[in-house]
Amino acid sequence: MNLHEYQAKQLFARYDIPVSSGDIADTPEGAVEVAKRLGGSLWVVKAQVHAGGRGKAGGVKLARSLDEVAAATKELIGGRLITKQTDAAGLPINIVFVEAGSDIASELYLSMVVDRAAEQVGFMASIAGGMDIEEVAEATPEKIVTLSVNPAAGFQPWQARKLGYGLGLNPQQMKEFAVIAANLYRMFFECDCEMVEINPLIINAEGKLLALDAKVGIEGNSLFRHPDLVAMRDTTQEDARELAASEHDLNYVSLDGNIACMVNGAGLAMATMDLIKLHGGNPANFLDVGGGATPERVAAAFKLILSNESVEAILVNIFGGIVRCDVIAEGIISAVKEVQVSVPVVVRLEGTNVEKGRAMLADSGLAITAADDLTDAAKKVVASVA
Amino acid sequence: MSILVNKDSKIIVQGLTGRQGSFHAQQCIDYGTQIVAGVTPGRGGEEHIGVPVFNTAHEAVASTGANVSMIYVPAAFAADAILEAADAGVELVICITEGIPVLDMVKVKAALADYDCRLVGPNCPGVITPSECKIGIMPGFIHKPGKIGIISRSGTLTYEAVYQTTNNGLGQTSCIGIGGDPVRGMNFIDCLELFEKDPATEGIIMVGEIGGTDEEAAARYIKDHVTKPVVGYIAGVTAPKGKRMGHAGAIVSGGEGTAAAKYAALEAAGVRTVKSPAELGSAMLELLGS
Repeated sequence: MNLHEYQAKQLFARYDIPVSSGDIADTPEGAVEVAKRLGGSLWVVKAQVHAGGRGKAGGVKLARSLDEVAAATKELIGGRLITKQTDAAGLPINIVFVEAGSDIASELYLSMVVDRAAEQVGFMASIAGGMDIEEVAEATPEKIVTLSVNPAAGFQPWQARKLGYGLGLNPQQMKEFAVIAANLYRMFFECDCEMVEINPLIINAEGKLLALDAKVGIEGNSLFRHPDLVAMRDTTQEDARELAASEHDLNYVSLDGNIACMVNGAGLAMATMDLIKLHGGNPANFLDVGGGATPERVAAAFKLILSNESVEAILVNIFGGIVRCDVIAEGIISAVKEVQVSVPVVVRLEGTNVEKGRAMLADSGLAITAADDLTDAAKKVVASVA
Repeated sequence: MSILVNKDSKIIVQGLTGRQGSFHAQQCIDYGTQIVAGVTPGRGGEEHIGVPVFNTAHEAVASTGANVSMIYVPAAFAADAILEAADAGVELVICITEGIPVLDMVKVKAALADYDCRLVGPNCPGVITPSECKIGIMPGFIHKPGKIGIISRSGTLTYEAVYQTTNNGLGQTSCIGIGGDPVRGMNFIDCLELFEKDPATEGIIMVGEIGGTDEEAAARYIKDHVTKPVVGYIAGVTAPKGKRMGHAGAIVSGGEGTAAAKYAALEAAGVRTVKSPAELGSAMLELLGS
């Protein structure tokens, strides 16, 4: 679950990580109020969307007067921001964050993720702040310092020194940085983060460190123990169908093809998309209905799939393990009737009582084609939209 | 022969009295697996589906001499259950539970270093040695004793590989679902090492998916240490970058974890790769036939 920049900065403030002062607004008048409260003569108006690359996409605007604050807010609110991290439709801007402008002496980069290879939380720091870190890693890997933290020992002072001296900090900044990094590590565990990125972490005109941007992702499996963070969820930033799927405990990801699929198991669901592509088709989605594939879930899945108008055919691929194929076939037939599926449906069943299941599908009188195996299923569904 | 589990394995079930635990433990018992005890705090002294229940894993292991634990407890308590089992002295913990917070697993992995105990999972179908011992949620009937070792990050794709090798007569020595989480117990390399040493295993099928670099590491290991033929498949060629595909660990992030990179690594290591999961069994048959 991703947080907005302003929410991430609220968390930072709670952990004594320095951020510049600011507040949110959803109208030009509100933004001007915030700017007045902040004082000064330079403000930054930032679109709050769940995507990086906002600056280059025009989502971050400098304002040198209250009129400019109002104008920037008016331009952003109600629009959609398309960045290199969003799809072509972009994300809706419902809120802006108005922040006091900072004098930037230099820009650094600091991030944390779960390092899968080390099986520990990893830090990454770079003197090349304000840039796309993937590009930095590609072009100038020597500008990046990384390390991972043994959870039994926790974050150690030498680790702060390794990162901080790698960033070329002076002794006073080194002290500030050690506190920031240790607090971030504590926040990462206490809030069950999966990702924290500060890009840039600036040194301002007074030589102080400050988090100018903040990106925080909370790990999905941990949400049950963070009701306060769940309350920060902004569903307007999520794909509507993926959101509907999550309400039915279905795993769904939108793609841009025309052949939908419904599969039990995440691995087999990915493999089914790949098979459609391998045989010349284009998958419309990833959908894992789970091990049980009960009639209720299958019906919910059909409704979800059909809410996508690009879908011209559906491939149902179920490996019946503990659940018998005839039971699954019954579920598919009742769901196709209930949802009034109007596009061709190709079904591949495998497992116990598979013959009985296939016969039931064939005799249902519905537009369901039973496939013999995985390859046959992919070929038949691709042919049905040709 | 087999790896990890066999007809002599004695298993305790943590979370036996829950709905999932009861159902799947019964299926394991029906398969012939020796389920010797259950663990549910507060239910010690009861009997459930014909199995004695204990309050702690320590009591259950001490009373029964069990050497394996199978875990079905809910995600919020699963990390605790894994470490309890390890401390109780079992040599193998198989954690079926899905949805354990990843930072819990980071702590578990660090703590497990203190024990002589292997972990399979979490978020996995389990381990089976056909006709001897089934520990997990896989359908037993699709398996057949034979000569192929199977390692997979995905449950249903494991079943595909199993079913194909059953139907073409190769059969399996053991099958290990290592799980779909980013931080987990045994990895491809740990399983490859055991299958390479197992005299009954003549070929190995590995099923990977997008996310992380474990398949790349496995490819390097295969090149240097594995003499048996290996067939490999990677799911997620069409998965978009930055999207989590069902499994917590199945995500391409920061340019890392793509199916293309994994295929390239496996091919460079001499692994016979297939682009369709329907060809896993036939590719293995071909390799062993020549």
